Amino acid sequence: MSILDVFRRKNRNSAALAKDRLQVIIAHERSRANAPDYLPPLREEIMQVIRKYVDVDDEAVRMQIDRDGDYEILELNITLPETPAPRRR
Amino acid sequence: MYHADDALVVANPEVSSVRDSDRVLGLLASRTRRAERGDEPIGEYLLLTRYSLARVEKGEMMAADDVCEILSIPLLGVIPESKSVLSASNAGTPVSLETGTDAGQAYNDAVARYLGEEREHRFLTRRRGFFGRIFGG
Repeated sequence: MSILDVFRRKNRNSAALAKDRLQVIIAHERSRANAPDYLPPLREEIMQVIRKYVDVDDEAVRMQIDRDGDYEILELNITLPETPAPRRR
Repeated sequence: MYHADDALVVANPEVSSVRDSDRVLGLLASRTRRAERGDEPIGEYLLLTRYSLARVEKGEMMAADDVCEILSIPLLGVIPESKSVLSASNAGTPVSLETGTDAGQAYNDAVARYLGEEREHRFLTRRRGFFGRIFGG
């Protein structure tokens, strides 16, 4: 194997890399496109409710919809701060 | 686009272009008259332009099959990367009129296929010469 082969192999992989990247991007975009329209306002309202009690960032909340056979799963994942700061007593 | 019966999606074998094509296919499947009325879906065909067989063989470019698989639509034709496309565009003449060029032939093949004719995809595989046929795998 010569030094040139290393560069050649890199090129050889670039089409496969493009295909892999596309599959990830497109799967992500399709799942987003299929999500119902009410998802963003739902997220916003849930955030408001949570913020009444806990101080969380926008980034700390992840919401996604998965399809599993005939049913859909609404997954809500909230990372609470390490030291909870309750606003109400 | 709203009233379309068929759609010819033109893409380059390139990530950004295929991604955009997938978005358009999403719109065709949801925001068109046929989609809204629940009629038969729009016929979708892929036209892959700027295709370089040599680069595909070297693994530097996605093959037509890969793009078809990702978009899950059938291939209408590939247009080989050709200088004649830009020249024709500069001059304002359809490249399909330049029947001596491979790009012109490829466009004419694609049109014939769209109109129902069976035509071989001659720019999808390399035509082998005498020695290639004897020694090739």
